[in-house]
Amino acid sequence: MSELGKNKSSESSPSGGKKGGIAIIDYGAGNIQSIKFAIKRLGFDAVLTDDAEEIKSADKVIFPGVGEASSAMKMLKSTGLDKVIPQLKQPVLGICLGMQLMCEYCEEGDTTGLSIFDAKVVKFDNSVKVPQIGWNQIYDLQSDLFEGVNEKEYVYLVHSFYVKECEETICSTEYGVEYTSAIKKNNFYGVQFHPEKSSKAGEKILENFLKLENE
Amino acid sequence: MLTKRIIPCLDIKNGRTVKGVNFVDLRDAGDPVELAAKYAETGADELVFLDISATEERRKTLANLVLRVAEKVNIPFTVGGGISSVEDVDILLKNGADKVSVNSSAVKNPDLINELSQKFGAQCITVAIDAKQVNGQWIVHLVGGKVPTELDLFDWAKEVEQRGAGEILFTSMNNDGTKDGFANIALKKLSEDLNIPIIASGGAGCIQHFVDTFKEGKADAALAASVFHFKEIEIPDLKKELANQGIPVRI
Repeated sequence: MSELGKNKSSESSPSGGKKGGIAIIDYGAGNIQSIKFAIKRLGFDAVLTDDAEEIKSADKVIFPGVGEASSAMKMLKSTGLDKVIPQLKQPVLGICLGMQLMCEYCEEGDTTGLSIFDAKVVKFDNSVKVPQIGWNQIYDLQSDLFEGVNEKEYVYLVHSFYVKECEETICSTEYGVEYTSAIKKNNFYGVQFHPEKSSKAGEKILENFLKLENE
Repeated sequence: MLTKRIIPCLDIKNGRTVKGVNFVDLRDAGDPVELAAKYAETGADELVFLDISATEERRKTLANLVLRVAEKVNIPFTVGGGISSVEDVDILLKNGADKVSVNSSAVKNPDLINELSQKFGAQCITVAIDAKQVNGQWIVHLVGGKVPTELDLFDWAKEVEQRGAGEILFTSMNNDGTKDGFANIALKKLSEDLNIPIIASGGAGCIQHFVDTFKEGKADAALAASVFHFKEIEIPDLKKELANQGIPVRI
């Protein structure tokens, strides 16, 4: 059992990312394995790393996240990655908590985020069941991230906090309120849903991201 | 709109599915990975793997299986059975499970729910509750429904929510295996008492039972095993009928 869990350090070799140079930011967040496998199913390789130089030189960067906001932020600060991420020039995709941490403020744990997106993250109120767990629709799709993806496509979401609608919203979802289920600013993208768990639609969105042209 | 979820459940023993399945188009009906991929393709919203093995090697075999499922399957899945510590959960989530389900260990040590929720987040902690109605009262049972506890279903469910569970998987022992439908009265009460999603389990026999559990039982998701494994109900047919009857589903 133990050897299976040790994929963190052993896979941080610089030999990864051959076919596209994809870096997944390693800061102790859970469920990285599914993202790695999803990328692999699309024919790309990704390397899990907390090395600033490796992240800066990658072609694409994925900023995952499952867990609690304030402790995740602490992890980023302890490795200095909180300074590295906002400076990145290549396409960056924040997923779930990763997206939320890229906003300016998260209500969860009263957390100041990376302030890449000019948006706040707040908790669903009690008029709906919290967490939201399951498949919901994305609509008002507005970016190259959604090429070939239908309006009102279903994606898998599991979260208690949401990003409010804002200037940078590129798609919305309704759960008691209308909220931002994807967001974009310059080279930074964030999705609240889990593309790696959202069947074919999720794979398409992930593939679109991995194939973005670097400016 | 958030859709209602359909969840096939696979019983796993020593890394293989048990109770048998009847999928003629599978090379190996006992291989959970192949079966999981098949369900994902036909429109299952989520999968549950319930490990019932009792060997020393259990933890390692299960961790390995989780890794193999995560490699092939592009929908979320929950793993349950014999999970009793933070370490157990850590390895399963690291290997690609989206959620874990705890049952007996939560009854024996309720603080485990708090620990797991704080460490991994409520969203990946499902608490499974098996209960049986005895003289009008729903009593929580352990060991697959064999051993009664002192706990009342609704009190325990409330406590589980307060301790940080993200979801409850409720199996009615009265309904399980009967194919007479889900325990909708108890489900409705759970769904209204609590503010976390409730998965209905036990009793699925035909498509109308799913309609009923969503409409009358107010369930957020419905889980079944044999009706799917033996192709008595095909998921695309089920979802089509749910949609016809006005229930939001992902098609």
